[in-house]
Amino acid sequence: MSFPWAKEYKPSHPFMKWMDDRLPLPRLVYNAVGSGYEVPRNLNYFWNFGFLAGLCLVLQIVTGIVMAMHYASNTAVAFDTIEMTVRDVNWGWLMRYAHANGASAFFVVIYIHIFRGFFYGSYKAPREMVWLLGVVIFLLMMATAFMGYVLPWGQMSFWGAKVITGLFSAIPLVGEPLQQWLLGGFAPDNAALNRFFSLHYLLPFVILGVVILHIWALHIPGSSNPTGVEVKSESDTVPFYPYYVAKDGWAIGVFAFLYCAMVFFFPNALGHPDNYIPANPMSTPAHIVPEWYFWPFYAILRAFTQDFFFIPAKLMGVLAMFGAILVWFFLPWLDKSPVRSGSYRPLYKKFFWFGLIPAMAVLFYCGGAPAAEPYVMFSQIAALYYFAHFLIILPIVSAIEKPLPLPYSITESVLGEDEAAKLAPSA
Amino acid sequence: MARILSILVGLFFTVALAWSFVLGAITAATDPSPPTAEHEFHLLPKEVHFSFDGPFGKFDNQQLQRGFQVYKEVCSACHALKHVAFRDLAALGYTEAEVKAIAAGFTVPGVDPNTGESTMRPGAPTDYFPSPFANDVAARAANNNAVPPDLSLITKARHEGPAYVYSLLTGFQDQPAELLKEFPDAKTPSGLHYNPYFPNLNLAMAPPLTADGQVEYGDGTKSTVDQMSKDVAAFLTWAAEPKLEKRKQTGWPILGFLLFATILGYMSYRNIWADKKH
Repeated sequence: MSFPWAKEYKPSHPFMKWMDDRLPLPRLVYNAVGSGYEVPRNLNYFWNFGFLAGLCLVLQIVTGIVMAMHYASNTAVAFDTIEMTVRDVNWGWLMRYAHANGASAFFVVIYIHIFRGFFYGSYKAPREMVWLLGVVIFLLMMATAFMGYVLPWGQMSFWGAKVITGLFSAIPLVGEPLQQWLLGGFAPDNAALNRFFSLHYLLPFVILGVVILHIWALHIPGSSNPTGVEVKSESDTVPFYPYYVAKDGWAIGVFAFLYCAMVFFFPNALGHPDNYIPANPMSTPAHIVPEWYFWPFYAILRAFTQDFFFIPAKLMGVLAMFGAILVWFFLPWLDKSPVRSGSYRPLYKKFFWFGLIPAMAVLFYCGGAPAAEPYVMFSQIAALYYFAHFLIILPIVSAIEKPLPLPYSITESVLGEDEAAKLAPSA
Repeated sequence: MARILSILVGLFFTVALAWSFVLGAITAATDPSPPTAEHEFHLLPKEVHFSFDGPFGKFDNQQLQRGFQVYKEVCSACHALKHVAFRDLAALGYTEAEVKAIAAGFTVPGVDPNTGESTMRPGAPTDYFPSPFANDVAARAANNNAVPPDLSLITKARHEGPAYVYSLLTGFQDQPAELLKEFPDAKTPSGLHYNPYFPNLNLAMAPPLTADGQVEYGDGTKSTVDQMSKDVAAFLTWAAEPKLEKRKQTGWPILGFLLFATILGYMSYRNIWADKKH
């Protein structure tokens, strides 16, 4: 959004004027992340995570492309090429650990980014497209990460692929033929590995394209802020450069410090030891679990243990697992409260902190646990709350709750008073 | 309208979950899974300290050389090390000549340069450790239908790998009487050996390190079973992660720089925002 008080790009150097006439890329940068983009002055650190997510994407692309120079996606050699990369390629070990832990870092960042959206109502009008594109990015990330994990062709790679591609057979009528078409065979094998590599290389660039749309859609209304009150005047905002470049700049340092601590000192902490065993279709691991960032959804998948009328339990699990994410698409229309930020919605806040967060924590823990009691029972209760939260509780709460009084403006919430408020007619 | 639909969809999932929960709870209460011998008698790896532990860890080359000797003289009869090349042993402190000699001590598959027939030839530093068996079928035939796993990555392929290897090698014992009392069906089958550090409690490998002095160390260290187990666990950790030292050594200057840069960045941030209350 170009607020009327935003600075205008005025190149002074003759070369920059020449460039501006022919390809206004510097102008685009100035207006997107430079002094020409006005941003609310009261953003808290939860607003840093979008930028960090973009950084993770670049990190994954760079480390991934370097590793792809040494990787071969044939089942006979895939595992060995990764070991060769780690042992013999200069800094290959760093590329591998950076890429594997980069995926985890990407998901940590994105989950915080998404939960910021839940709490502060970032999905509400006029930012619904930003939200929808974001959910698309998340789905693409999950697909990319899933396929990437298959590529080393370890035990977990193979058996994780077997479980997840096996879910397609749950679809009635077309399930089995669809599964075989996608796999290129009856089970994950060379055909599947090859196409997963091709798609794993492709999808990050699709994600990049959707990220550009996501940021473009955001820059139309501009960023929201912790109060949820829209920007009214010049005193509400600061230019992105230098204020948020500086804030993002030092936050990158914190992120990089934590990330490098993982990569250099605990590189295998988040991985599963079974993936250091080459894939063996004849030997099923004791516990098949995906990487930690899929655990909540894995718990939802495994929570459905009984057939429901005519729908088999397996199909229920699949519908619920995908439904759990698809429900996010509908948030702008499920939560119709005109108040954006959870800070001013006491009832919503209670359900968020005492309902949604604990439920997701339980689902997370149970997803990594064996599929046995009591974990299954806990997953069932937590999943029950999860669906109730989005589909039943939120629509009702947003209709009946009494929100706290909002500040007149961002300026008022930051400075304690707003000159303009005194002149405005009482709301 | 949207609200009604969402509540219906919500009920669809929540009722299905409640149904699964109730039936599961009834089963858990009336017909719980019985305890198993594995669950009750399996032991987590012992506490053991290695020179490479922790953020400042380094390999002890003497220990690695002793461990390599144990691998060569005891383990290599059944276990391959396919991801390690003879040239990699230079990292253990061997000279080029020593590495050549070690390699030549192994025979690897080759091709007769005159006739093209497959032969066995002495190893060169560029070769990788050969497998003791031609294929899995041969491996099973010689080992009670079990394939001795390749050891190149064993310490990364097991939870708490180095401690696990050490515990397994020192953990062979007689099956405890109370196990047999509680689970009479869980007697160790013939041909298997009881070891509580192994997930299934009974493994096909016979205790490989049976007596002190089984391997005679060149540096004079007393080769007790405990010492040999530690040394070979250290060697296998190196085999799984030759870059472990370099990784940790690179990490420190990087973290140091990042700490410095982050502090500068924070000070910049405070400076820039000094005039703006937020």
